[in-house]
Amino acid sequence: MNRFSFARAADVAQALDLRGAGPAAQFIAGGTNLVDLMREHVARPTRVIDITRLPLREIDATPDGGLRVGALVTNTALAYDERIASRYPVVAAAILAGASPQIRNVATVGGNLLQRTRCLYFYDAATACNKRAPGSGCAALNGVNRMHAILGASEHCIATHPSDLCVALAALDAQVCAQGPDGERTIAFDAFHRLPGDTPHRDTTLGDDELITAIVLPPDGFAAHHAYVKVRDRQSYAFALVSVAACVALDRRGVMRDVRCALGGVAHKPWRDRRAEAALVGRRPSRAAFAELADTIVRDAQGRPGNAFKIELATRTIVRALEQALAPTETDR
Amino acid sequence: MAHITDTDTGSRALDTAPDPATPPTVPVVLTINGERHALDVEPWTTLLDLLRERLQLTGTKKGCDHGQCGACTILVDGTRINACLALAAVYDGARITTIEGLATGDELSPMQQAFIDHDAFQCGYCTPGQVCSATGLLNEGHATSRDDIREQMSGNLCRCGAYVNIVDAVDAVRRASSSTTEDNER
Repeated sequence: MNRFSFARAADVAQALDLRGAGPAAQFIAGGTNLVDLMREHVARPTRVIDITRLPLREIDATPDGGLRVGALVTNTALAYDERIASRYPVVAAAILAGASPQIRNVATVGGNLLQRTRCLYFYDAATACNKRAPGSGCAALNGVNRMHAILGASEHCIATHPSDLCVALAALDAQVCAQGPDGERTIAFDAFHRLPGDTPHRDTTLGDDELITAIVLPPDGFAAHHAYVKVRDRQSYAFALVSVAACVALDRRGVMRDVRCALGGVAHKPWRDRRAEAALVGRRPSRAAFAELADTIVRDAQGRPGNAFKIELATRTIVRALEQALAPTETDR
Repeated sequence: MAHITDTDTGSRALDTAPDPATPPTVPVVLTINGERHALDVEPWTTLLDLLRERLQLTGTKKGCDHGQCGACTILVDGTRINACLALAAVYDGARITTIEGLATGDELSPMQQAFIDHDAFQCGYCTPGQVCSATGLLNEGHATSRDDIREQMSGNLCRCGAYVNIVDAVDAVRRASSSTTEDNER
């Protein structure tokens, strides 16, 4: 690890003060990704600011009936919170599909959003990586790219975002609250993570001088019809090849009035195609309708030798997740 | 990976201005296995290196040093963490239990005894992490079946493949403790 100084922040204002502008300082909470990145010399902060004492561990009701989840709520605390388990089960399912209990016990919501890709070349300082060293190239393009993106990638980067939680948050249209020197702002989840374009070193739209303080879940958690399906090389403790968070709302006649389908493991950010989702509104759930949605979502997908299989895998996982989402209440149809 | 813990602090002359290349150490107080330790640590020192290299608590093992294998699992306030991914400075004030702290005198903890009774290890390298993880699993209270145990022990790898007997051991303690109201921690 490189040498850095350590500072402990007592409140948000002090954390922002210690951070200043620029990437030289880094916040640490759970540290499950940052410590690893520092050990591999991928992250080389000159100052690390401990934010674990900040009062951001609460889960509170919002006036409109949603939940505000403090940035320091751990994955474990969130997944087993009674309100999450009953009203936002897709969030709990996604969290519990990721990492290990050891990691979930300390990893935080804010850190989950800001975790870096697990692209092997990003971690291997001996190789070219535009995300780690802008302008150096992308070794994954013609390298081992089984875990890499099939949607929204660029010739500069084909890394994927590794989070499970974020896939569920994308499906729910959560919001991210960030505090900066000029106060707090709210960022739509879709606008939080970026596509790589020609600046893949920037994962998110969060400013260097900002701190995530909370995520906000909207009132509707799609508890009646939801599924999180994760396909991976091991049954546990592995990153997704493809994952799908599917959420459906039916009207009284059994017609779909809202369809959400977010994908993980396929892009630089949780992937959604809102137009494709909207095309299912007003129709009854059917395998044909789900297959149509799946085909539309992957219509512009680009595979490489190592990951072309993920295009077909994604379509099948989408269909399965939507069928699973509707399965428990089949009698309602 | 070799790690410097306290070997380089002594070489810094006390009467000179701090070298900007050598950031100041961080005072921390940790309660480890019931014993209070007041320490000055370098900011980059992990709990794992602190335990092993400085406090000679070498029961906690360094396997992958990436949070993937679970050999370094310890308990903080009864719940499991990977000591290799934890900066000691962040854990100021924490109450830590390592494998050395599970037994009461010469009496093994129920989980330690169960690992022996069920032949739940071969080479033993992963065992301290397995036992701490299993102890934390029961403290955390989210496992109600063998499948739950399998899933919730997925952060601990065993190269000898003793998994079947490990699940037997954990399940035996789970069954015994769920039939009493006694808290099984430590």
